[in-house]
Amino acid sequence: MELQAVLMAAGGGSRMPDLTYNTPKPMLPVGNKPLMWHPLNLLERVGFEEVIVITTKEVQKMMSTDPKMKDVKMKLDVVCIQEDGDMGTADALRHIQQKIKTDVLVVSCDLITDVALHEVVDLFRAHNATLAMLMSKAHDFTETVPGQKGKKKTGEQRDFVGVDQSGKRLLFMANEADLEDGLSIRKSIMRKHPRMHIKTGLVDAHLYCLKKAVVDFLADNKSISSIRGELLPYLVRKQFSKTTNCPKSKDDADDQTQKTADGSTNSTELLICSRDEPLLQLAQERSCWNDHRGDMSEAYHGGKLRCYVHIMDQGLCYRVNTLAAYIEANRLASKLLEEPAVHPSAVISERCQMGPDSIIGAQCQVADKTSIKRSTIGNSTTVKEKVKVTNSIIMHGVTIEEGCNIHGCVICSNAVIGRGADLKYCLVGNGQQIEAEAERTNEVIVGTDQLMEI
Amino acid sequence: KEEKQRLRKEKKQQKKNKEKNDEKTSHEEQPAGSASQPPAQPSPKAVPVPASEAPAPADKPAKSKADLKAERRARQEAERASKGKKGDVGQPAPTGKLKAPPSELQPVVKRLPEHVQVDNPEVVKKLAKKLERQQIPLRSDYGYKVSLFSHLHQYSRKAPLTQQLGIPSTVIHPAIVRLGLQYSQGIVAGSNARSVALLHAFQQVIRDYTTPPNEELSRDLVNKLKPYISFLNQCRPLSASMGNAIKYIKKEISNIPSQCKEEEAKIKLLNCIERYINEKIVLAAKAIAKYSIEKISDGDVILFPPNCSFNVTISTSISSSLVNHILCEAFEKKRKFRVIVVDSRPRLEGREALRRLVQKGISCTYVLISAVSYILPEVSKVFLGAHALLANGYVMSRVGTSQIALVAKAFNVPVLVCCETYKFCERVQTDSFVSNELDDPDDLIVTRKGKTQLEHWQKVPSLGLLNLVYDVTPPDFVDLVITDLGMIPCTSVPVVLRVKNVDQ
Repeated sequence: MELQAVLMAAGGGSRMPDLTYNTPKPMLPVGNKPLMWHPLNLLERVGFEEVIVITTKEVQKMMSTDPKMKDVKMKLDVVCIQEDGDMGTADALRHIQQKIKTDVLVVSCDLITDVALHEVVDLFRAHNATLAMLMSKAHDFTETVPGQKGKKKTGEQRDFVGVDQSGKRLLFMANEADLEDGLSIRKSIMRKHPRMHIKTGLVDAHLYCLKKAVVDFLADNKSISSIRGELLPYLVRKQFSKTTNCPKSKDDADDQTQKTADGSTNSTELLICSRDEPLLQLAQERSCWNDHRGDMSEAYHGGKLRCYVHIMDQGLCYRVNTLAAYIEANRLASKLLEEPAVHPSAVISERCQMGPDSIIGAQCQVADKTSIKRSTIGNSTTVKEKVKVTNSIIMHGVTIEEGCNIHGCVICSNAVIGRGADLKYCLVGNGQQIEAEAERTNEVIVGTDQLMEI
Repeated sequence: KEEKQRLRKEKKQQKKNKEKNDEKTSHEEQPAGSASQPPAQPSPKAVPVPASEAPAPADKPAKSKADLKAERRARQEAERASKGKKGDVGQPAPTGKLKAPPSELQPVVKRLPEHVQVDNPEVVKKLAKKLERQQIPLRSDYGYKVSLFSHLHQYSRKAPLTQQLGIPSTVIHPAIVRLGLQYSQGIVAGSNARSVALLHAFQQVIRDYTTPPNEELSRDLVNKLKPYISFLNQCRPLSASMGNAIKYIKKEISNIPSQCKEEEAKIKLLNCIERYINEKIVLAAKAIAKYSIEKISDGDVILFPPNCSFNVTISTSISSSLVNHILCEAFEKKRKFRVIVVDSRPRLEGREALRRLVQKGISCTYVLISAVSYILPEVSKVFLGAHALLANGYVMSRVGTSQIALVAKAFNVPVLVCCETYKFCERVQTDSFVSNELDDPDDLIVTRKGKTQLEHWQKVPSLGLLNLVYDVTPPDFVDLVITDLGMIPCTSVPVVLRVKNVDQ
């Protein structure tokens, strides 16, 4: 078996609390399908037959009842972890270390993309890389986000990613938060790769191919808790550290004197240097190929740890972890799905004007003289007469009474919008009720239990 | 082609005749007696065959192995008898007559390999069907092919075969997928490197192999390897050295006795592979280096005269792994010489060769192939590496080699070819057109100062880009071939092949 897929679906959605306080993030509907269906669909299309899903008990319960999840033909091996425990992604990998038998493909549940996955995996295979990841050029979100007062925060921590001239080899990765007074790059990197392109406008798709040795390394190093935050920068740094480059024999006396932190490096290395190395070395010696030119060193500078990145510049790639991303993803979901936009079981009256970009879920009832444009309407929603819905996301079980005007809103499940209400850029929480003739603009309407206690 | 069609027609007619004869003949004696019947009967060939076949379907389960063997023997004798007979009478006459000439022609008609028949749609269809059966995707040709070479495949590097494979590849072993990718992207290039990497991947395949129940390892493993080899062929056409290595492995696998336990068999095979690499590649390189070092000092007028302290050799960039090795060894033995590395676009493999020589401390000069006639007066010897040595003494190597050999001949500079014996191949070729490899034409596109002139070459209808990989050098231009068996002239290659075959 070549690769095992692991789906991380235990995240809390901490950046969109209004949406996730009732529905866990992996089950939020995007294009009327649960969010985690999208990466699972990607894996299925590519040819995976089994996926290990790491999630919470709540999500597992919801998964078993959701009809859309039954569409997934792959075998899902669900591993539950505690929700309140502070488990990072790396901790979760450590938790399932026993199940991992080969190299691993880690995907986050909030990734919606149409990337050709073989591009990432080919980098992993061809260069015998330790890490291969996917990144994409960030798109600006153009839709107005409900409840956002004032300009968009630009204080978002930027990621600095350094790649080599070919754009494939990952040389440097750091988050603005970790850099105190400036970006410092080691001389050893500059000596080996004199040309480096540093990019900041990239979105990390959180799709990683990792060698099995890395998972074993994690098991030994319990201090690493997040893949993105700690493991990746560590691996990228270790590409150029002295210990990985010196030719080693298996029993080096120097190793014993090093600290345990470095000792773990050696174990990674020893794991990476498999027993087959001599033949591969021979093949590489005889092969007249080098990944760089201009200096005297051999291919890959003799380094055994290599990290690669595939940067998408075309195509969809979204990480749905903020409200803005969620709205944007819903807008484009219709492009990704192959199913017809209007579910066959929905009852739509003939005098309704429906735009082509709208998605209507199952068992909906849409009455006369309504106009639905560029919106997503969930299952079992009732829309009464003379309602105008534009640019909105309406989840399941919502009732919208007559004469409402809903523009640019996100309305969560089981909400009731009273008659004649006029909502612009609002976010209506789960189960909320908007009174009749209400006029709300740019507000977040959630239940009192969600408000902070002082 | 015509002969093939004729053969096909004859076979069809044979079948028809056999059916008719089945109805006609009565049950005859079992095949043991029929051997004597053919000469007596007017229809020698056709009848005994259907005779043995008519009762055959009837009481198949009752037949024992001995009977079937006897049947086959009788059939063969009948065929042999019919070969001598001429002018048969009666209805089976056409069968008999037609049988005679094809059996004479049989040894002459040879099947052309499919990779040189790309412009024949039937062959392409057959290949597609074969790949479908093995569940391997077919790689489609790319771009306009120059008409002289339209019988060869031309693939694009940007469309890897893995696009059409599922990601956790289940049909093909992951080590083979990795190898195929490395071949098609050029990460593993050069015939030695490719063979070593191939054997390494086979080692992994053998390690992960488990015999399914009711199957024999010797037969099943060979069948398992066939789709892998087709896959690698699709990624990049197999080289002669790889072909020989595969033949060796298949032979070793089929020679495993059936009572051998699986673990033992696997260990045996892994050891065979190690031994093969050690003998044919590593030790051969050492032997060739030893012989060549003699040659580098021989005729070395330079060692003595005081004014000129250098003996000059010239090396090209093809298959430079072996020549590199030789030059490095020679340098370590304290021979004084200077190297000129000749390089050519688009691969520019000479840069890597240059790096390795300079790293050792050898003083080198670097030229492109267009400067060969300018630099040759300075040169005392030419060392070439080979991709394969053909049975008629021709040397198959990177494109540009024959040009260098020609120019060297014109300047009376000795040309030495270094080649291990496992690269000797039974093919015969006198020109570079018949069987070659077409590389990605987009490699020829170069961007200078931000401008890419050939960017839209596909839109120009009369423009074709040709990126040839190999060419053949006639033996008149080659003075000596240095192999691990010693220093032989080019024309002794068929002798070596014959000796090798006898050994095996």
